[in-house]
Amino acid sequence: MNQDFIRSMPGHTRVSQMTWLHRIHIDPILLFLLATVATYGLMVLYSAVNGDEVLFNAQIVRLSLAFAVLAVGAQLPPRLYVRWAPFVYVFGVILLVLVLLVGVTVKGAQRWLDIPGITRFQPSELMKIGVPMAVAWYFHDKPLPPSFKDICVALVIVAVPALFIVRQPDLGTGILVALSGLSVVVLAGLPWRWMLYSVIGFTAAAPALWPILTAYQRRRILTLFDPESDPLGAGWNIMQSTTAIGSGGLTGKGLMQGTQSHLDFLTEAQTDFIIAVVGEELGLIGIVVLLVLYVLIIGRGLYMAVQAESTFGRLLAGALTMTFFVYVFVNIAMVSGLLPVVGVPLPLVSYGGTSAITLMAGFGIIMSIRTHKAW
Amino acid sequence: MIVLLGVLVVRLVHLQVWEYQAYQTRSDQNRIQVQALAPPRGLVFDRRGELLADNRTTYNLSLVTERIESLAGTIQRINDIVSITPADISGFEKRLARKQRPFESVALRLSLTEEERAVLAVNRHRFAGVGIDTELIRYYPYGPLFSHAVGSVRRINEEDLRQLDETAYTGTKFVGKRGVEKSYERVLHGEVGYQQVEADAHGRIQGVLENRPAISGSNITLHLDSRLQIAAAAALGERRGAIVAIEPATGGILALVSQPGYDPNLFVSGMSGADFKVMSDSLYTPMFNRAVNGQYAPGSTIKPIVALAGIVNKVTTWEETIQDEGWFKLPNQDRIYRDWTWTRTNSGGQGVVNMNRAIYRSSNVYFYDLATRLSIDQLVSFADQFGIGRNLALDIDDASPGLLPDPVWKQGYKGEVWYPGDSVNMGIGQGDLLVTPLQMATVAATIANRGRVVQPRMAIERAGFATAASVLPVVGPTPDDWEAMVDSMEDVVHRGNKGFGGNGTAWAHIGRDISYRMAGKSGTVQVVEIKQGEEYDEELLEEFDRKHAWFIAFAPADDPVIAIAVLVENGGGGSSVAGPVAREVIDSYLLPQLVSR
Repeated sequence: MNQDFIRSMPGHTRVSQMTWLHRIHIDPILLFLLATVATYGLMVLYSAVNGDEVLFNAQIVRLSLAFAVLAVGAQLPPRLYVRWAPFVYVFGVILLVLVLLVGVTVKGAQRWLDIPGITRFQPSELMKIGVPMAVAWYFHDKPLPPSFKDICVALVIVAVPALFIVRQPDLGTGILVALSGLSVVVLAGLPWRWMLYSVIGFTAAAPALWPILTAYQRRRILTLFDPESDPLGAGWNIMQSTTAIGSGGLTGKGLMQGTQSHLDFLTEAQTDFIIAVVGEELGLIGIVVLLVLYVLIIGRGLYMAVQAESTFGRLLAGALTMTFFVYVFVNIAMVSGLLPVVGVPLPLVSYGGTSAITLMAGFGIIMSIRTHKAW
Repeated sequence: MIVLLGVLVVRLVHLQVWEYQAYQTRSDQNRIQVQALAPPRGLVFDRRGELLADNRTTYNLSLVTERIESLAGTIQRINDIVSITPADISGFEKRLARKQRPFESVALRLSLTEEERAVLAVNRHRFAGVGIDTELIRYYPYGPLFSHAVGSVRRINEEDLRQLDETAYTGTKFVGKRGVEKSYERVLHGEVGYQQVEADAHGRIQGVLENRPAISGSNITLHLDSRLQIAAAAALGERRGAIVAIEPATGGILALVSQPGYDPNLFVSGMSGADFKVMSDSLYTPMFNRAVNGQYAPGSTIKPIVALAGIVNKVTTWEETIQDEGWFKLPNQDRIYRDWTWTRTNSGGQGVVNMNRAIYRSSNVYFYDLATRLSIDQLVSFADQFGIGRNLALDIDDASPGLLPDPVWKQGYKGEVWYPGDSVNMGIGQGDLLVTPLQMATVAATIANRGRVVQPRMAIERAGFATAASVLPVVGPTPDDWEAMVDSMEDVVHRGNKGFGGNGTAWAHIGRDISYRMAGKSGTVQVVEIKQGEEYDEELLEEFDRKHAWFIAFAPADDPVIAIAVLVENGGGGSSVAGPVAREVIDSYLLPQLVSR
């Protein structure tokens, strides 16, 4: 009775959030949004796996595990993350080097470079959090906006693991890791003209980068511009995914009714290309609903970042939220034929545990930053 | 961030709202496949209802290449249990190049035996993407017997595809290339059907959405009589040549034999390039249809036409006689034209000869003389009425027209004027004059009909088939003239026991023991040309140097039911070689009928 009274009083919102959830370091709004997306994702996934109970249950287990990781991550106080940040980073880089060394022999035995094996996959996945954490750690006791020297050091911190990952070769993950680190640099106060210069510089350097790319990567990029040049090969996925999305129209064909996904035209319908299932079966409305949920998550994340009480917390929470956005954007852009195909799953919707766990660990850290007292 | 989200939304609106129709269509094209249903080909029967061309199920080993990782490896492993020849592989590659949609199965080995099917069924689990397809293919139960009459179908190739109606032939794998199969292709083929199916990306069919069945081709009944055909082929035996037998009342072709033949089933199942080369390079040209495309000088079988031309143009009479000394000379020329009785030691000759004797003794001198009395135009316009020099056949489009030479033709073709000597040669059916066995059978039928010309035809007339245009009868000869000619031709066969100079030319060979009245005329043709550019094998040269033997006949003479032309290539004498063949064929047709009467 007393509590209800306090909660309804204006000007006491901060107090009202001090609920039992807050006490266990969970942000109820973010948790609700994440759970909503996960539920929406499960619904789509049920259709994408064609009602396969085994796969569906496995995904429920994985998502539960991811939420557990979130809860655990939220319990750890931010000062622990600051202290661990450099060690996690160095440990991750060492693992990446090891992967490259061991990976050479593995490469000799296997032709498949883009299937994520455990030894290769884990360190790069770890670095999706490790790199922004390390950059945020580097900036946390420096004056902001950062000096030219500090920016250069930060860029090196980002570039080293990113290049190792690109060398694996895994261009997609490499870029994601780099972006997650760069977003910290941007949030720390990168001058706008620098960003403009780098965009111009990158555009100018693009032709020079072309020869560095492997034939496989080049084909993926070429396929983006002309998928019909190889409709049964490299262009197949992208043609089928755009067809699936386009044929969904405004309202979609209905859940479980998608012909592209259920007649196997859409490959990887349950993993990276699952947004095509959303588009085909639930239409533009279905995608927009999902996008709105993502935007709310991102908005909440950014809000929490702005409210953070330390530089480290602000930078890390903001960067992790932006990384989440990058995931969403890159995935949907690639499936709808705007970007080359890179292995980026749709957060909380695509089948698979690893990326979900990484993302939820990130949100755990954000909640930790939000709910722990100043330090 | 907002800009990027805006880009996404614009892209999605573009895909799902603006381009919705296009993607909707593409999605339907993905899942909905229109499969052509090939119509079963019409069957071909003889006049007795015997099946001459049948359809039967065959089993092909087919591959879905999308489901096979290593094509070469899989073919190698299949080869361990079912033999795959290099020819199979090259055929497979050709078919693979024509594949129309992903996950379509492509035949690798055609016509699997039952044993091979069993072995494959047992090992099936070892081969992903390998299956057995069934296909309806043509089967000719009589093998080579009707190879030239009924003809054969062949797998449609690139060239055929350019000529055929693409829509009508979607799904059809065979097309008639020879004989009746070719000329009645439109009737036999039927109408293609369609089936709309929903299929997944692997080509697995989920269900039928719409079905329009194919309409099978119409069956055809031919005038051919398989028993007569068997008898005719047997009578010719191993000899090269042709026999065409016609029912005079209808023009229906009762038998059409060209030897050597080939097994049309080989064209259906496919034969190796080497086998085909052996066949097509053979000096004996088994694929050449001598009956309708073989063009030969008619020799003395033309004499009845020349004789009637003389009567009609009033340059001679049945009674007028000439003195035949065995040789003929044109005025003011040195060249001597000999009679067939001429030898180095005996100038020959038939003595006093009237028209009747000129026919049954086949006097050359009489016809040398008669031909010079006729103008070439008179001779040509009379012979033309019998179909010499044109294709009279109703439903044998590719029958050769032969050649009825005249001054215009000679001027155009040889750049020379018509000499009297050309007429002399034409009087005994030599020179440039060329006819086919089918044409000579038509001549025999026309005489049998006493001047009523019938168009030779393969199929018994039915609605929708080619119908006979009215053909004018031969103008000029009176009924008495026709009877006199038939009598003279009967004498060729039946006039006997009159001593060597008094018997019909064929009597000794076929007339002694004949139980019905047959009218006939023999012909023996000089083969002046030896085929150039071929291997000079002494024996073959000699073989191809021999004379061609002709015999035309019809019976019973008073009420003919069969007219026939026999040609034996390099066979020798017309009466001695071709005559007995003709008698044997007519016997087999007539004797059972006479007995039952």
